[in-house]
Amino acid sequence: MSPYAAKLAFRHLLSHPGQTALLITGVTLGVTVFIFMSALIGGLASLLTLRTVGSIPHIILERPDRDPAILSEAPNVQVITQKDLSRREQIAIWQPAIPIISQTPGVTAFSPQIRGAAFLERGQAIASVGIIGVEPGKLSAMADIDRAIIGGSSSLPPDGILVGSRLAKDLGLVVGQVVRLSSDRGRIRSFRIGGIFELGIASADRQAVYMNFTTARALFDLPTGISRIEIKVEPAIDAPNIAAVLRRSTGLKATAWTEDNAQLFEGLDAQARTGTIIKAFALITIVIGIASAMLLSIIRRQSEIGIMRAMGASKTLVVSIFVLEGTLIGLAGAIAGAALAWLALAPMPPVSEVQSGGLPIDQAQGDFLLAILLTTVAAALASVLPARRASRIDPVEAIGS
Amino acid sequence: MARVLKGIDLAIDYGEMAALLGPSGSGKSTLLTILGTLMRASGGSHEMLGIDLINASEKQRTEFRSRHLGFVFQFHHLLPDLTALENVMMPAASAAGRETSAMRHRAAELLNAVGLADRRDYRPNALSGGQRQRVAVARSLINEPVLVLADEPTGNLDLASADKVMELIRRINEATKTSFLISTHDEHIATQCLRRIELFDGRIAD
Repeated sequence: MSPYAAKLAFRHLLSHPGQTALLITGVTLGVTVFIFMSALIGGLASLLTLRTVGSIPHIILERPDRDPAILSEAPNVQVITQKDLSRREQIAIWQPAIPIISQTPGVTAFSPQIRGAAFLERGQAIASVGIIGVEPGKLSAMADIDRAIIGGSSSLPPDGILVGSRLAKDLGLVVGQVVRLSSDRGRIRSFRIGGIFELGIASADRQAVYMNFTTARALFDLPTGISRIEIKVEPAIDAPNIAAVLRRSTGLKATAWTEDNAQLFEGLDAQARTGTIIKAFALITIVIGIASAMLLSIIRRQSEIGIMRAMGASKTLVVSIFVLEGTLIGLAGAIAGAALAWLALAPMPPVSEVQSGGLPIDQAQGDFLLAILLTTVAAALASVLPARRASRIDPVEAIGS
Repeated sequence: MARVLKGIDLAIDYGEMAALLGPSGSGKSTLLTILGTLMRASGGSHEMLGIDLINASEKQRTEFRSRHLGFVFQFHHLLPDLTALENVMMPAASAAGRETSAMRHRAAELLNAVGLADRRDYRPNALSGGQRQRVAVARSLINEPVLVLADEPTGNLDLASADKVMELIRRINEATKTSFLISTHDEHIATQCLRRIELFDGRIAD
């Protein structure tokens, strides 16, 4: 690329400010759409993932299924195996797993839990609930109950429980009220409603009841064992790999959240593809816009090109001038578009604070540099064909016209 | 393919100033185009400065054109985005890929010689027709060509401007010994040249 080509390209763009501004504006809008779509699709994926995995454990460790050992290896013997389903589901010896879990890379939080079913009775009214007994300080390790409290407090004294907002509404429960819980082990105890939470997840708000770990032990006749260990990992998407690691290191059954949320993944994937298509169309629009503008410019400047060729300008010089013009338009439009998108997206709240109905736009996922790079390269490529056409202009014909 | 030129035998000497006359369609423009290496003759030989221009590659012809030939056309064909000075430099800068201070200096001298020193920073649309054609003459001389091919250089000018341009060409021809071949319809222009070449139906008339 010779300095002279650069001078002529710049000079032409600056000599026609209106036309140049129009072209750059077109590219700017295309790039803004590109970045906006990237930020929106990325933000939407983040929001859905956050909403889905934010309140659920990413990995659940449970007692492994015990397949009966097959003792006979004789051929031609039909063997029927049946799992022992009459034993209680519990992790009897769980303490050794705790240091292993806490040292596993990616694990950010874990919570050993006592789980069981119970009936919650208030006078004649009755509701079936799922009890979650959590260790002190681990209440918000999985779902952020502390932040979801809408009445009372989140502390869990031995006789206190936390209930969800829907359950509270169904049974007319208020903070301080005393209710009875009868567990599926036949134990019955009275509790005081210490707080009411609202996670925004219907099943949890209707059925989950949190209580003190030790109280839950008594209620479910589990003096030493626990039901499960719930784990959070970062990033959530790595859960399957981390689950595999934990399966090997603890010998427990590890289930990642992704196994139960395949549909979400399909949805996110389809959404990402839609985004890619829209971005591709934005780029194609830019390419077509620049290519047609360059082509028109070349037709208009035919005699100029002819005279330059007649006076000894090489084909390379002519190609360089037009490719450079297209590239400069692309670069200027890309930078302006990125700046415009940045300014437009800056006031958007972070995805985690988006209210329902608001657009979850994640500025960080705006692909600013990619947009600038792709647009500039696309603009250069869009100018190549018109530029080659310009270089093939016959000076004699061009001057004659 | 129609034969436009037939049996042309033409030699132009150093420092010659020749008028090429003939009615429309007689082949004047074709002859200039071939001599200017913008078109290849379909037969015969075309040599200049000892170089065989018929069998030279396109790249060699482009280089030859930029180094040894100058052009002036009926329409000035100045680049509208460049100033008068930059237009004069254009053939040299195109070949070199950059503008140098030596080129700038020479272009200023040439503009001075054509009487447009005070118009060097004007763009073509700010110049009169005669001024533009004088810039075009200056441009044809930037590479110090041995031959300038002028196709109806005054065809678009009023009489006073045409005389000014011809006077300029004659002065340059005398001062630099650059050869000029000027195609024209105009007897008045032809009389200002020392040699007349008349084309009729693709042949040189005796």
